[in-house]
Amino acid sequence: MSAPLVAPQRPGAELWHRLRTGEMSALPITAALVLIWVVFQSLNGSFLSSDNLVNLTQQSAATGVIALGVVLTLHLGQIDLSVGAVSGLAAAIVAVGAVRIGWPLALAVAAALAAGVLIGLLYGAVHTRLGVPSFVFTLAGLLVVGGLQLRVLGSTGSVNLPFQSWLVRFCQTSFLPPLLSWLVVAAVVAMYAASRLQDRARRHRAELSAPSLGSVLARVAVLAAVLATAVAYLGTNRGVGAVFALFVALVALTDLALRRTRWGRFVRAVGGDAEAARRAGVPVRRVLVTVFAACSTLAALGGVLAVGRLAAANQASGAVDVTLTAVAAAVIGGTSMYGGRGSAWSALLGILIIQSISTGLTLLNLDQSVRYAVTGAVLAIAVVIDALQRRAREQ
Amino acid sequence: MSTVPARTPVLSLRGVSRSFGAARALLGIDLDIHAHEVVAVVGDTGAGKSTLVGVLSGALQPDEGQVLVDEAPVTLTDPAAARALGIAAVFQDLALCANLDVVENLFLGQEPVRGGLLDEVAMEKEAWKLLGQLAARVPSVRIPVAGLSGGQRRAVAIARSLLGEPRVILLDEPTASLGLTQIAEFLTLVERLRARGHAVLITSHSLSDLQAVADRIVVLRLGRTNGEFDADRVTYEDLLAAMTGVAR
Repeated sequence: MSAPLVAPQRPGAELWHRLRTGEMSALPITAALVLIWVVFQSLNGSFLSSDNLVNLTQQSAATGVIALGVVLTLHLGQIDLSVGAVSGLAAAIVAVGAVRIGWPLALAVAAALAAGVLIGLLYGAVHTRLGVPSFVFTLAGLLVVGGLQLRVLGSTGSVNLPFQSWLVRFCQTSFLPPLLSWLVVAAVVAMYAASRLQDRARRHRAELSAPSLGSVLARVAVLAAVLATAVAYLGTNRGVGAVFALFVALVALTDLALRRTRWGRFVRAVGGDAEAARRAGVPVRRVLVTVFAACSTLAALGGVLAVGRLAAANQASGAVDVTLTAVAAAVIGGTSMYGGRGSAWSALLGILIIQSISTGLTLLNLDQSVRYAVTGAVLAIAVVIDALQRRAREQ
Repeated sequence: MSTVPARTPVLSLRGVSRSFGAARALLGIDLDIHAHEVVAVVGDTGAGKSTLVGVLSGALQPDEGQVLVDEAPVTLTDPAAARALGIAAVFQDLALCANLDVVENLFLGQEPVRGGLLDEVAMEKEAWKLLGQLAARVPSVRIPVAGLSGGQRRAVAIARSLLGEPRVILLDEPTASLGLTQIAEFLTLVERLRARGHAVLITSHSLSDLQAVADRIVVLRLGRTNGEFDADRVTYEDLLAAMTGVAR
């Protein structure tokens, strides 16, 4: 049995090709984030203070979770424009259920998440059975869900959560104890190293090309350095917020699901070419329904975290602004709008970029108008890069 | 006309019709495919070849008639159902996901799982083995299919059909867009498939490509069977007449 020929490739040219076609999207986006940080730090010395960064991470979590759902729908080449409204409805259900009706808070949260699941299942059913484009029926959903939110809130229009409730404490004042943060870092690095080394050993046994021990160790070292720096620096202030830790954990889990499970592979296949995936035996409808359900559920979870962070739900919860920020974060973070390409990490990177711009401009005493304009410009750049990479791939 | 000995066909069609709106793509088709046999289906553009492959592979459902596997009627609701019965298809448009890499495409829909996660090592090993059997040359099994040439993509699609040792392999227009050397390599591959006991059905609009390798040639014309010939005895003129409908 003859082995297929492997064409030699120059490493420099290959790197350029991978950058140009978007095979390696996390690197330039991380570079952009660092650049934004350097610029704002040079304009205002307190931007990179640990206090500001702790605030930044805490503020990112709720919308970041919503953006994670948007990343999933974008993977399918679909979009859910109602994520903001769903998060607003979830916030209203939590506040009204727990405060006005007097449900236990856990029940109110469960009801909010269940509403998210239901809305997503409905979207999935409409899309798979009737073939209606998702941006239209989720736009309709935005209006309907927004109406439901007003109805749930009732005439007063604003409901406060008591500050001593566990949800508010979790979202506002809960930080991982230093020891626990370091244990988590150690466990994550150890698990990453173990899985990489085991993978390398299996590849050797299977006589496949395996990464050198040095490159494996370098990756582990980079991960350890990034996590340790973040935990140590945030630790000089209040530490890693529980809600931010939850967000990062969700991103990591979603990343694992997208890259290493059959469901994730199906999602990318359907996003790349739904008909080809169907003929290969991929259950396309089921994939679409689960992704819409996951997106709405994450949006509802984002709403739950938002109501905890603000300790209140009102008619402005989950305004159109939230949808736009979540979609912008997913695209800025490097998930393609054309489907089939992206990464769960783009939710984290994208929301950090948007939140950094917002916080940085606030520190410079610039108002909302500048914030919109700058965020819009960054989104435009991200969209142009996405389009150029798509063109480069098709050549 | 047929010289096939009396034995049980693996896959059969009985009176199968299929329309697309007002266009009748297939009309009352009867067909048998046996193990250790290469059946060529030839016909002009629009004769119904791709529809035939669609019905056999579960991608399309017949309006009338029956599909039989081992002489028992079956309903192929989708390609996965056909695969489960040992029928694999390589479509004319290859049906590959351009954004997925070679390994991901090869195993799409039938990925091996280890401890709940995809077993990438097993897949990659099997991928090299399959591509090696086809003497297919790809720069890497870890680049997106979008970066491969047409011939390389076809090799990937054929390699994918071999996964799970299907009993029937359907090849829709496999020689279109191939160079002469590649066609020769492809025909060798088809002979190898027959020797391994697979039943192979190949469609083509070109007569010359397949006569060398086919055991039987079925001619489709305007959705109907317009003759079935022993590939060793039939003449080019007979086939051409059956394909075009011109009386000799």
